[in-house]
Amino acid sequence: MLYALKIATRYLSASKAQTALLVFGVAVGVFIFIFMSALIGGLAEFILSRTVGDISHITIKAEVADPAILISPEGQILSITEKGRIRSATLNDAAIYAPLIESLPGVIAVSPQITGVAFLTRGAQVAQVNVSGVDPGRESAILNLSGYMVQGSHRLGSGLIVLGQTLADDLSLRLGQTLRLQSSAGVSSVLILSGIYKTGNGMLDGSNIYVSLATARTLFALPQGVTRIEIKLSDLNAADATALRIRALTGLDAVPWTDGAEQLMEALDAQAQTGYFLKSFALITIVIGVASALLLSTYRRRPEIGIMRAMGAGRGFVVFVFVAQGAIIGLLGGLTGAGLGYLALLPFPSRDAFQSGTLPLDITQGSYGLAISLTVVGAILASILPARSAARVDPVTAIGQ
Amino acid sequence: MSEVLLQVSDLVKTYGSGGAAARVLRGLSLGLDMGEMTALLGPSGSGKSTLLTILGTLMQPTSGAYVMLGQDLLASSDAELTEFRNRHIGFVFQFHNLLPDFTALENVIFPTAVREGRETSAARMRGRELLTRMGLAERINFPSANLSGGQKQRVAVARALMNRPELVLADEPTGNLDRASATQVMDLIAEINRDEGTTFLISTHDEKIAALCQRQIIVGDGVVTG
Repeated sequence: MLYALKIATRYLSASKAQTALLVFGVAVGVFIFIFMSALIGGLAEFILSRTVGDISHITIKAEVADPAILISPEGQILSITEKGRIRSATLNDAAIYAPLIESLPGVIAVSPQITGVAFLTRGAQVAQVNVSGVDPGRESAILNLSGYMVQGSHRLGSGLIVLGQTLADDLSLRLGQTLRLQSSAGVSSVLILSGIYKTGNGMLDGSNIYVSLATARTLFALPQGVTRIEIKLSDLNAADATALRIRALTGLDAVPWTDGAEQLMEALDAQAQTGYFLKSFALITIVIGVASALLLSTYRRRPEIGIMRAMGAGRGFVVFVFVAQGAIIGLLGGLTGAGLGYLALLPFPSRDAFQSGTLPLDITQGSYGLAISLTVVGAILASILPARSAARVDPVTAIGQ
Repeated sequence: MSEVLLQVSDLVKTYGSGGAAARVLRGLSLGLDMGEMTALLGPSGSGKSTLLTILGTLMQPTSGAYVMLGQDLLASSDAELTEFRNRHIGFVFQFHNLLPDFTALENVIFPTAVREGRETSAARMRGRELLTRMGLAERINFPSANLSGGQKQRVAVARALMNRPELVLADEPTGNLDRASATQVMDLIAEINRDEGTTFLISTHDEKIAALCQRQIIVGDGVVTG
C-alpha cells in the first residue's frame, strides 16, 4: 500500500492551501481539546488542593470499644454504660506502625497526633477549641502551617501554642501572651502564644490550635499512645488504594479522605463530565470537518478515480488512498494542535504555583497523546464515508466516455 | 492460422428501463485475432463507445457472451475484472485522461505500480523506454498538466502499453488532436502493433485512420453491419 500512500500525499500536496486550511482546522479542534483537558484537570487539582490539600488524606483513629453491658443469668440487661462523648481510646502501637506506613509508596508524611477538645481562656474570655498535639518538627506535615504563619513561628515546643488569626482576633490575643488551656479531661496548662496562622479556612482559623505532642499528652492525660495518625500522600487519588493497603498491613481502621467527601467527588465528577462533553464536541467538529473536506475531494477527483479504476486500481486501493489522506490530515492536525496547545500552556504557572485569580491550567494534564490518537482515529473514521463513496465511482460515468 | 484473442456474441446493452429504455447494442457479435489492428467505424450513437466500454470490462452488457484469452468475463467478479483489465487491456481515451498531479513518467507507470503496490526501478525503466519511443524523452519528468495535447495523448498511449497488454482499446484517440499530432500518434500505434504484435481496436470517424488498419468493422444501429 506504499503506492496508495504516495498518491494520498500527492493529492494533499497538490492542493496545498486547502490541505493547510484543513490541517489548521483540525489543529484548532485539537488545541481546544488540549486546552479543555488542561483546564478541567487543572481546575480539579486546584479545587482539591484548596479543599483537601491541607487535610489528612488517610486518617487512622483509635476505635472506641462498645460500652459494657451487665446481663443477668436470665438474660436480662441489668446495666448499660452510656457511651462517653470524650474519646478515651488510644493507638498504643503508633510508634511501631508509623515507620511501616511511612515506607509505603506514595506516602509523603505520617503524623501521629493527640487530639481533643478544650477551653482556651484569656482573662474573662473563653473559647472552645480543637486541640491538635503534634510532634515538634512535624508541624507542617499535614497542614502547611509554616506557609500560613502571619506572626511568630510555627515551631512547637513545651509550653507553646500556635493558633489561627480569627481566634486571635476574637480573643484579642498577641504574641507572647500567656493563655490557659483546660482540656475535656479536666487538666489545665498555661501556654505562651508563639505563633498565629491564617489559612483562609474559617473553621481552621477560628477554632483549631496546635500544641506539642508532649503538651497534649499532659492535657489529655494520655501517658502513652496517640489518638490518631494522619497520613499525607503524593497523589490524592491514591487514598482509597493506600488506605486498603494500610488496613491489610496493620489491621488499623485507615479511612481515606474520600469517605464523607461524596459531594466534593460528585462536583468534581460533574466537572469532568462537562469536560468530556466539550472535548467530544471538539472531536465531532474535527470528524465533520475532515469528512466534508474529503467528500468534496472525492467529487472533485471523480474523473481521476475513474481513470485509476480503468487502469486496474481496485476498490480497496481507492479506499486506502482516501483513508490515508484522512489519517495524514489527522496526524498533522493532531501534532500541530498539540504543539500549539503546549506552547499556549507554557506561560501559565505550574500546578504547584496555582494562585487565586488566575486560570488553573495544568500543562501536564493536556492529554497530548490521547488528543493526537483520538484525532487520527477520528479522521480515519471520518474518511471512511468519502472513501467508500470514491470506491463506488463508476469509471465509465466518471471518465465521461 | 491466427490465434483468437476475444469473441463476443449476441451482445445486448439497454440503458434505462420501461418506456425510457434505450437499446444501444442489439445482439452484436464479433471476434478479434491476436495482433490485429482493427478500425471500428460507425455514425455517432451507433454503439461504438458502448462496445469498447464492454470490451474493456468497464461495463457489463445486459445479455450476451464475452470470452477473452479463454476467460468468461461476464462470469467474473469485480475484483477479477479489475485484475484482468490491469494485466491484459490498455485504454487510450479521446481526452487522454491523465492524472494531472503526476508527471508523465508517473502516469505511464501507474498500471504497473498499482498492481505491484510500489514504483519499482524496472517499472521506471520500462516507462522511460516507452516515453522515449513516443518522442517524449525530454518530457519524462514534466507534470502532465504542462504537456501539449499531442504530448498528453502520446503519454496516454505509453500508459496503455505499460503492462504489455494483449489488447489496446482506443476511443477516438486522435479526435481531439491536430492533423500533425494525429498522424504522429497513429504512426506510433501502427509501429507498436507491427513490432510487438499488440492488438488494437480503434474507434474512429476518420477514414484515413481506418485506412491504416488491417481490418475495418462497421457498427450501425447496435449490430455489426460490415
